[in-house]
Amino acid sequence: MTATAPVLVEPASPAPLAPPPPRPRRRRLRRLLGNGLVQAFLLVVGLVWITPVAGLLLSSLRSAQDSASSGWWTALADPGQLSFANYAALLDDAGMTRAFWNTVLISVPTTVLVVALAALAGYAFAWLEFPGRDWLFLLVVALLVVPVQVGLLPVAKLFGQLGLFGTIPGVVLFHVAYGLPFAVFLLRNYFAEMPREMLEAARMDGGGEWRVFVHLVIPVGRPALASLAIFQFLWVWNDMLVALLFADSSSQPLTVELQSQVRQFGSNIDVLAPGAFLSLVVPVVVFLAFQRHFVQGVMAGSVK
Amino acid sequence: MTTVTETARRGAADTRRRAGRRRRAVALAFALPALLLLGALVVYPVLFSVGRSFFDASGTRFVGGGNYVEMFRDPATLRAVRNSTVWVVVAPTLLTALGLILAVLVERIRWAAAFKLLLFLPMAVSFLAAGIIFRLAYEEDPDKGVLNAAVVGVHDLFEDGASYPGARAREGGDVRRTGDGAYETTAAVSPGGTALPLGLVGVRPAEVPPEARPAAAAAAGKPGPGELRGVVYLDFTPGGGGRPGAVDAAERGLPGLAVEAVRDGRAVATATTGADGAFRFDGLEEGGAYTVRLPAENFAEPFGGVSWLGPALVTPAIIGAYLWIWTGFAMVLIGAGLSALPRDALEAARIDGANEWQVFRRITVPLLAPVLTVVFVTLVINVMKVFDLIYIIAPGPVQQDATVLATQMWLVSFGGGNDQGLGSALSVLLLLLVVPAMVFNVRRFRRSQS
Repeated sequence: MTATAPVLVEPASPAPLAPPPPRPRRRRLRRLLGNGLVQAFLLVVGLVWITPVAGLLLSSLRSAQDSASSGWWTALADPGQLSFANYAALLDDAGMTRAFWNTVLISVPTTVLVVALAALAGYAFAWLEFPGRDWLFLLVVALLVVPVQVGLLPVAKLFGQLGLFGTIPGVVLFHVAYGLPFAVFLLRNYFAEMPREMLEAARMDGGGEWRVFVHLVIPVGRPALASLAIFQFLWVWNDMLVALLFADSSSQPLTVELQSQVRQFGSNIDVLAPGAFLSLVVPVVVFLAFQRHFVQGVMAGSVK
Repeated sequence: MTTVTETARRGAADTRRRAGRRRRAVALAFALPALLLLGALVVYPVLFSVGRSFFDASGTRFVGGGNYVEMFRDPATLRAVRNSTVWVVVAPTLLTALGLILAVLVERIRWAAAFKLLLFLPMAVSFLAAGIIFRLAYEEDPDKGVLNAAVVGVHDLFEDGASYPGARAREGGDVRRTGDGAYETTAAVSPGGTALPLGLVGVRPAEVPPEARPAAAAAAGKPGPGELRGVVYLDFTPGGGGRPGAVDAAERGLPGLAVEAVRDGRAVATATTGADGAFRFDGLEEGGAYTVRLPAENFAEPFGGVSWLGPALVTPAIIGAYLWIWTGFAMVLIGAGLSALPRDALEAARIDGANEWQVFRRITVPLLAPVLTVVFVTLVINVMKVFDLIYIIAPGPVQQDATVLATQMWLVSFGGGNDQGLGSALSVLLLLLVVPAMVFNVRRFRRSQS
């Protein structure tokens, strides 16, 4: 029995004084007890995780007066405090609703463009020959971790000259460029896994690369494209930094609009809390609807 | 003949070459849009930033490494460098450890899927929303911030002594204030005699605990030998009619106060006042001279919680919010590695009598080392770029104390600093810091290709 246990023993101790294995019954009892502790611990962790969001949700449903005089948890005992009045006010707020639509107008085109351009380039890097291909792809891998900050100043100057500064297309272009390295990396690797014979057969059937791309590569690559699209969408939906610089007051998304209100934090919880909740509801719904794709996308995208 | 075949061959080669050229053109057409954007908006800006970082604020004068020297001389940027170091060391370490512990534990429960879902959910939320969520949770007023409400609740559980922050003695009475904020009797008192009345004023009726009862009965009590009795009461009759310095019928005792009998500067006995404000000391020396003292903590402001977003704690507090966002990520990634471990190795060890800790320490962790490294490196890269969370959570006046490289780069370049030379240098520093991760990625990729 001891012969199979060398992994557990310190190499230095020649004759380990292993305690006799506990009797099965005691062990089961201990395991049961341990399991109870584990459950209790994880329950506490879960509570800690859910409390801050519960705080936001309940705060968003309380009046400014209530928020100023007592904590959101008092609403648990007194549900009469809760109403949708703040949300109604938010929908009447022209700045907020425009910011919400700006967020949509930025996230959707960015997602479409990133996926389309990266699919084309990914296929080229995986299966087509062109000079400098391998070298260029290594460059793409290197660009994976370039921080957005490096691009802010030069691109702001460039966009200023091109008249793109302060516009939605400008914000979109910046996002597309900084989303591409990861997108190309992900799709190239996915496409490269396709069996060569399948591709050769499609090429034999006639039809140029474009036909092969549309009728074979895209359908086969669907799972990767979906993961990428979801990841990219959430990334841009949640962005604040890029829009803070490149958008002006008419093109700014929800995150920037809310950020400008944080300065008066404390006096405007009835605006901030429902706004923040509105901005997080879309990603959370996307997350719950496409859980598997989302987790894969985030896992793969974490190298960014 | 030879010329014919020669021409034919040359023709074939020509077609082939032309076809090859065509193929290359098609390939380039596929890759070009992406490559152009990357070139114009990523590669060119990197080069531009590097160049710009060698020029002064206006961009006209070449200053060499001046901006890089300035970075470590200017107190604000230096603080950013220091805070970034704290972030990069602390956050990934805590996250990897937390992720590992949770990944191992979550395998033992039935509701693992729900737990993982819950912890992963913050990954979908924007830093802005998370920032507002935690700004709310960290509110200093325990009536608003949930964290301080909890802290104060726990604190009061262990320290239940009542406190009367506004209380004071009447001028010229039997009780005087000492230098450290305590109150003590002006004249020496001895055991026996009559009960000692200690009147206080300045306590609002609402601050008197509801259990407080009239003090008159206790004030009339007779001490036994060696016993010193007294009563601490609110020397104020609601509605008027009371006499200063005397225990009137309507006047209530102040419960929960600490009282000390002091002799030669040393507290020889302590007591706590009851619901009627009464206290008594036993076994004192008959005829000895004592001073009765009400220590300063009776009059301290009540504990108001922790100043989470004050200058001292703001960085740890924001790291806490960051943990809330990323722990699920670490847990799920490590969990995936965990489920790929050879089950027989773990089972064999258990059968051999290893306890769970030994299995964890000697088998699980070493086998997981590659996954842990990937998680750690990933987190380091992401921590380096943290911006929104600090920008949102740190209140205006404390922003300077919480600043990191990414926020400092923003402040210096766009947020009023308007020094694009120094800003560029800071962004280049950020880039340099992720170069190891860049090399790591490229190496890992090349290895996977060969």
